[in-house]
Amino acid sequence: MLSPYPTTAEWVRVAALWFWCVLVLIFLVVPIFVPVPLSFNSGSFFTFPLAGLSTRWYEVVLGTPRWRAAIGNSLLIGLGATILATVLGTLTAIGLSDPKFPARRFVVPLLISPLIVPVVVTAVGTYLFYARVGLANTYVGIILAHTVLASPFVVVTVGASLTGFDHNLMRATSILGAKPLTGFLRVMLPLILPGVLSGAAFAFVTSFDEVVVVQFLANADQRTLPLEMFTGLREQLSPAITAAATLMMGLSILLLIAANLLARRSRQNASALSE
Amino acid sequence: MSSIAMPRISATDQRESLRPLALAAPLLLLLLFSFGAPIVALLSRAVYEPTIANALPRTVAALRQDSGAGVPGEPVFLALAADLKQAQAAGAVYEFAKTLNTRLPGARSQVLRAARIATQDQATGKEAMIKAAPLLAEEQSWAAIRTGTNRFTSFYLLSAFDLRWTERGTIGAVPADQAVFLRVFGRTFLIATIVTLATLALAFPLAFVITSLRPAIAGIVLVLVLLPFWTSILVRTAAWTVILQKYGLLNDLLLWLGLTSDRLELMYSRTGLIIAMTHIQLPFTLLPIYSVMRSVKPSLVRAAQSLGARPFTAFWRVYLPQVMPGVLAGCLLTFILCLGYYITPVLIGGASDQLISNFIANYVNVELNWEMAAALSFVLLASTLGLYVTLTRYLGLDLFKMG
Repeated sequence: MLSPYPTTAEWVRVAALWFWCVLVLIFLVVPIFVPVPLSFNSGSFFTFPLAGLSTRWYEVVLGTPRWRAAIGNSLLIGLGATILATVLGTLTAIGLSDPKFPARRFVVPLLISPLIVPVVVTAVGTYLFYARVGLANTYVGIILAHTVLASPFVVVTVGASLTGFDHNLMRATSILGAKPLTGFLRVMLPLILPGVLSGAAFAFVTSFDEVVVVQFLANADQRTLPLEMFTGLREQLSPAITAAATLMMGLSILLLIAANLLARRSRQNASALSE
Repeated sequence: MSSIAMPRISATDQRESLRPLALAAPLLLLLLFSFGAPIVALLSRAVYEPTIANALPRTVAALRQDSGAGVPGEPVFLALAADLKQAQAAGAVYEFAKTLNTRLPGARSQVLRAARIATQDQATGKEAMIKAAPLLAEEQSWAAIRTGTNRFTSFYLLSAFDLRWTERGTIGAVPADQAVFLRVFGRTFLIATIVTLATLALAFPLAFVITSLRPAIAGIVLVLVLLPFWTSILVRTAAWTVILQKYGLLNDLLLWLGLTSDRLELMYSRTGLIIAMTHIQLPFTLLPIYSVMRSVKPSLVRAAQSLGARPFTAFWRVYLPQVMPGVLAGCLLTFILCLGYYITPVLIGGASDQLISNFIANYVNVELNWEMAAALSFVLLASTLGLYVTLTRYLGLDLFKMG
């Protein structure tokens, strides 16, 4: 960044730039970790220094029926949406990887659009439409709605792992007498598996974190962990929320680190094959 | 022989292009069912509003006979009384009164009273109806009823822009005390602009510094950038509600640094909202900028400087034009996403910081006015998709090559 013979002005500029960037990084990272120490606070206030260390707020989140039911709902809906989004998204990505795919210019933006359409519009529309077709306040309805929101991530990650995939391999399997399904299961799937798993992790996190659609579609028995947090934040701030936030953040970060490692591996697989 | 083989080849061709489509079909059908249809169903509510026409079939017919434009004659009032009586019996009168009230503020209670009277008496004429509902003696009430009997309406879309049809049949502004939405749209665009510029000021230098780091260290810094990117908006908003409290961390910090002498009210304020939104959007602005900066050759800037350009000139004339596509893409992405914010304004913003999404949710949850929610959704969706098309067509941003 510095020239070989830096002037004083240059030193000052570079120092100011670095100082600014350190501040930006602090602004970026510190806030997300603030709830972590507070969740171990033994007092009921959100102030530092902590009154003392305790796991009482985790006992609330993991022990009371209300929070437990919410966690159960989140896992159920998250798993349902993950399975559906992963299967449908993977099939779609395989279809898209074929150069003969028709009207790609229109289909790809359509597939991505659930991420761009403001989520309130999606949620309100789904609420209205599901009431007409009898899916309002059902687990199936929420799972389908979450599948829509999560599917773009699967299409994109699996699509990326397919970019290096040599389609001649599939031709070779069929010449050697394998049925298309056998060829897929024995040759293609093992090669793109890291991409598929990474897409599944993204899908799960998308559903597990989602609150707006659930707010409109869920009845009192279908409340999820984020919805419980959202209502808690609106009504009355309890340190239990910091414990729930820490748990959610921990799970998201773990899953997404795994997803990224897998995605990297699938890219390496792809480039190794194409060589 | 070739004439036999030809059709078979084209048939295979067609089947081969249909197979990839068939693989994508299940997801496309799901999107159609659980995403496309809901949005169409919602938006259609903005222009299709049959409640009034359905509730007043006789009145509609009688109005057609009545030639005048102002307050109609006795037959229309008799028809209205009969319609209200039937609506009362069918339990549809509340829905009708509520819908009419949107177009004719204050109509709800008068319509309900008129319906009760119409139910009690055999035939309720003009005089009795006007006594129960004085609104019915006014020309503008009948103008509202006449336009309301049309199932297709531009009323709600015009309302979304604080406009209405005037009595003279032209489009004009609504009275100042009813004008809300232009201010809400203006506020949404203003906050989105401020947040976009704030993220740019923070992201640009950081992205630049990351490109100049050794790969191993750059990797670590990128993880720090991605960490908040992977944490849900709700969790980050929750973190900010803790930080922005009156006795929270930020106020502690400001006092300790001596920047303020008193604790600020940051919760339920626009400042707090902008700080939290800037934090949430920062990675979205940064990643497209970073991905473009990484591809810029540093040798060009050095060449400019060795040719005598001052550092600022080299930056402005050589470096900036090259990274501009990334800057525009990142800013536009953040701007688009800011337009749709819902959670953060609810939890951190004050009453005067609620954005357009919050109004949509409020119309559905509290006012039960689907038509207004639909009209506002239409405007929000149109602005968002318009900008999204710009983003993909002209800037070629691939959303997923970022993370």
